[in-house]
Amino acid sequence: MEFLSDLQAQFSTAYELLAAGWGVQLLWGIGWTLAVTVVSMLIGAVLGSLVASAKLSHRGGLRFIGESYTTVFRGEPELLIIYLFYYGGTQVLTGVARSTGSIGSTDILNMPSFLGGVLAVGIISGAYQAEVFRGSFLAIHRGELEAARAYGMSAWLRFRLVIVPQVLRLAVPGLGNVWQLTIKDSALISVTGVAELMLTANKAARSTHHSLLFYTVAGILYLVMTSISTPIFEKAERYTSRSFTRPK
Amino acid sequence: MSANVAAAAKAAPPPGDKSAISVRDMRKCFGDHEVLKGISLEAHKGDVISILGSSGSGKSTMLRCINLLETPDSGEVRVDGELIKMKQSRDGRQMPADIRQVERIRANLAMVFQSFNLWSHMTVLENLVAAPTHVLKRPRAECLEQAEALLKRVGIWERRNYYPPHMSGGQQQRAAIARALAMNPKVMLFDEPTSALDPELVGEVLRVMRSLAEEGRTMLVVTHEMGFARDVSSKVMFLHKGEVDSVGEPKEMFAKPPTPQFKQFIANFNK
Repeated sequence: MEFLSDLQAQFSTAYELLAAGWGVQLLWGIGWTLAVTVVSMLIGAVLGSLVASAKLSHRGGLRFIGESYTTVFRGEPELLIIYLFYYGGTQVLTGVARSTGSIGSTDILNMPSFLGGVLAVGIISGAYQAEVFRGSFLAIHRGELEAARAYGMSAWLRFRLVIVPQVLRLAVPGLGNVWQLTIKDSALISVTGVAELMLTANKAARSTHHSLLFYTVAGILYLVMTSISTPIFEKAERYTSRSFTRPK
Repeated sequence: MSANVAAAAKAAPPPGDKSAISVRDMRKCFGDHEVLKGISLEAHKGDVISILGSSGSGKSTMLRCINLLETPDSGEVRVDGELIKMKQSRDGRQMPADIRQVERIRANLAMVFQSFNLWSHMTVLENLVAAPTHVLKRPRAECLEQAEALLKRVGIWERRNYYPPHMSGGQQQRAAIARALAMNPKVMLFDEPTSALDPELVGEVLRVMRSLAEEGRTMLVVTHEMGFARDVSSKVMFLHKGEVDSVGEPKEMFAKPPTPQFKQFIANFNK
């Protein structure tokens, strides 16, 4: 009985804390987490498709650049890349600004935390997306590309009319995977000071001493975000592969 | 090269007004293997040329060298009198000098493939209008109208909104022929159009091809269909080990095979 009343007390504390403003802050945290993830995915999509084309190129130099990119950014710890971009970026920006005289010789020009964070996570996401795009391109039926050439399509037309739609179709399941990875990587951006979900949960836990409560709530919220994305990607997969599944 | 061919080459008129495709001394190697050892071919407007040969004789490679899906190592290709300009690349190989010219010529040489190669993410109708609207830049409404008419002609209009993977091989190949026709091509290239089909589906494709021959289309057909070669084509060309073994009127060629190789080839088919 004592245990039950204790639990009840826990719940009412939790409710009070969340109602006292931490709840709203956590919701903002979700918003920032999603913003970081979406922007990083977009940066990653651009970089990933460039890197994938480099890796598929018949020019040795481009292939080497592409290979190095995916080897480095998949092989290094994510946190290291984030530190490198955020603190390294700050050092570079400061150096440039001091030498051009835009700031004083003792001032520091900080890397904007959101920008530094999404660049780092976007570059990592790009390394994984590059592999997804490369695999998808290789899975396109060669004959369809040949038909596009035989009908006089230029390289750009073949890219736009045949390659992109088919790569997207084949890439959806793999991109779903990268999306989940990127949501989780976004938590690491908390070290740069973006008030996303992880940082908010951290702040709440420290200032209220209710670590168990806030980390559990944050954990549940991450799980909700990743599980909601699964059916969305499944739906996208059904849509993009409609030409391969029998019509009902 | 047999005496027969030398005579045929000599007798061939120079490429003039009526030449649709003219190939001179085309050679092609894959690594050390010489697949085409100096092929020449003359197709006039309205010709239906069946290109026969056992597998490995170079017949598909020859067809693919005409629209530059493969780059010939040497030789000339003229389409409608226009020479496809070639240049030497840095590693000494021949390559197209002007890719725009190649693209323009390809659009006039619609190809039908053995494995159909319809674009699987587009409906049949979209397959028919994609190249005419984007490559030939014709108005979409006009292309759609023509596409529907062509699909009626090849008998699959009811399937116009299907995706290719949902159709039988015979239907896909008829759609592919309609896609070729939608380009209003000067010459149609068929690369073993019935070889990937189940036997009971071959007839429907051959019927369409026969009707195209009858309306005077210029066609180069790489095929194993002896009946089509004998009854429909205006000329038969037999390739053997990368060379033109014999060329002639189908009736004569089949009644009196001019070379032992061709005799052997048709004997194998009649077994």
